[in-house]
Amino acid sequence: MRERSFAPGRMLIYLVVMLVVAAWLVPLIVVVLNSLRSNEEIAQTSMIGWPQQWAFGNYLTAWSDFCVAQTCAGIRPYMLNSALVTIPATIFSTLLGAVAGYAVSLWRFRGDQWIYGIVTLGIFLPQQMRLLPWTIVLRDTGLMNTLTGLVVIHTIQGLSFTVLFCRNYYVAIPQELIRAARIDGAGFFRIFWRIILPLSPPILIVTVIWQFTHIWNEFLYGVTFTTGQQQPVTAALIALSAAVADIPHHGVQSAAVMIAALPTLLIYLIGGKYFVRGLTAGAVK
Amino acid sequence: MTDTVATATRTGRPTTSGWVGRLPEVLTIWVPLLLSAAHLVSFALWTIWISFTPSTLVPVAGWVGLRNYTAVLATRNWQIAFDNLLLFGSAFVLLSLATGLMLAILLDQRIRGENALRSIFLYPLAVSFVVTGTVWSWLLNPGLGIQKLVHDLGWTSFRFDWLVDRDMAIWTIVIAAIWQSSGFAMALFLAGLRSVDADLIKAAQIDGAGPVRMYRRVILPTLWPIIITAIVIQLQFAISTFDLVRALTNGGPGLATQLPALVVYDLMFQRGLLGRGAAAAVLMLLLLLAVLLPYAAWRYLQRRRASHA
Repeated sequence: MRERSFAPGRMLIYLVVMLVVAAWLVPLIVVVLNSLRSNEEIAQTSMIGWPQQWAFGNYLTAWSDFCVAQTCAGIRPYMLNSALVTIPATIFSTLLGAVAGYAVSLWRFRGDQWIYGIVTLGIFLPQQMRLLPWTIVLRDTGLMNTLTGLVVIHTIQGLSFTVLFCRNYYVAIPQELIRAARIDGAGFFRIFWRIILPLSPPILIVTVIWQFTHIWNEFLYGVTFTTGQQQPVTAALIALSAAVADIPHHGVQSAAVMIAALPTLLIYLIGGKYFVRGLTAGAVK
Repeated sequence: MTDTVATATRTGRPTTSGWVGRLPEVLTIWVPLLLSAAHLVSFALWTIWISFTPSTLVPVAGWVGLRNYTAVLATRNWQIAFDNLLLFGSAFVLLSLATGLMLAILLDQRIRGENALRSIFLYPLAVSFVVTGTVWSWLLNPGLGIQKLVHDLGWTSFRFDWLVDRDMAIWTIVIAAIWQSSGFAMALFLAGLRSVDADLIKAAQIDGAGPVRMYRRVILPTLWPIIITAIVIQLQFAISTFDLVRALTNGGPGLATQLPALVVYDLMFQRGLLGRGAAAAVLMLLLLLAVLLPYAAWRYLQRRRASHA
């Protein structure tokens, strides 16, 4: 269109963009800096400031010593809980979603469109409508206050998204390919393994990133169905805030927030393109 | 298992009766789909049913008609939460779309470092609302954050204490929510701007349209479908907002930032009023449907028009 120049109009554009960039980065910078300032230093000044002495020890304290709700083991156990819930639930929901997505898009069977339609309604059904039933199910199966319980919940609920993502991706594969393979005698699993799976990496990456981010960041189920040492890290952060309200430990708390946010931030940094694709794919449903 | 099924079919030899041979396949297809569909339908119906029963600490059978609903609707807690949702929902949707649209148009001006800028506007979406809420609760805390910083710098009469101000506290939720999710609107709009027909732009340029006219008259009208989609998604988010408020204000000060999702949680798990909690959850679902059903109808009409054209 027009040449790059430094006309006043363009200067204004850059100025506005830079202002927004600053607003978007300030919270991150503030937390990073605070995680490297001592609690006393923050208490004397404010949460916004440059470290006078670098307090790298905050991370160690936050990781393994700090007290969250009467237990003084840092946020390490809660990070482990989150990992033990997020990783299996992501793998299960993605695999099951890929197979189901393939079944409803290419294999086709009686009732496929109906059941697919119902499954995708799960995207819209608010969590609040499922809280009580899950409470009953977890209680009756003995999975209340266990990580397994959370894995089950996130696997089943995640299916709504993973089936949608995979199905929308697989419908673009020509049906003739499947028909030809069936004539050659290939069955359901063989076609999936030999034809579908090799075509799937782009959508599987999108799905894995989506599921991982959502399950890691989930809070409501974590706080409702687990207590104490079984809680995921999002719930532990809230418990930590409650403890910090009495005695300020903002340096250590900032380090804990950074540690809790790190896994999903890293995934975003590495797979940003796929992350955004998942966001917009979810939107076009 | 995979191989036996496949080889059996390939050699053309009928497997031990079609059904048993196809069992692994049938199970793999149906079990996950049925689990998902069955849990959705039965959970939704069960919660709706509980909302008509006199359940308190435990679910009990019985029928109280609409009593739970009238009870919830009559509480100050719900009324405030509903008013807050109206204010938060409309302010958040309007401002986050405006911010997103502005960012998309700015990024569309072929500026340097577009990819880096896009990553910066989108990164908040990768962190949890608990993290966002916690960080903004520090920044907006008058004794810790921005107000304290400005005081320390010497301007001691500066006031920015919305977090503890009953009338303004809801705006802190708006700020944090905009920060978290404007990037999403930007990504949607940018994709839309990039797919505007190049011929259309060229024709308008030949007609002598300046950049402002170009956006207002030519480009933005083609964005309407995306704008409506973005409104619906952001509204859906606003209606179910829970974590962000829990971390930022926990509904306070007083009830100043109470929202429906917090009311549901409070009734179900803190007051042990399951029937009323379920009724509040169904009310949330109705709010969502009030947004989603017109949207679905609109999408249906659009698709039909497209297929007729």
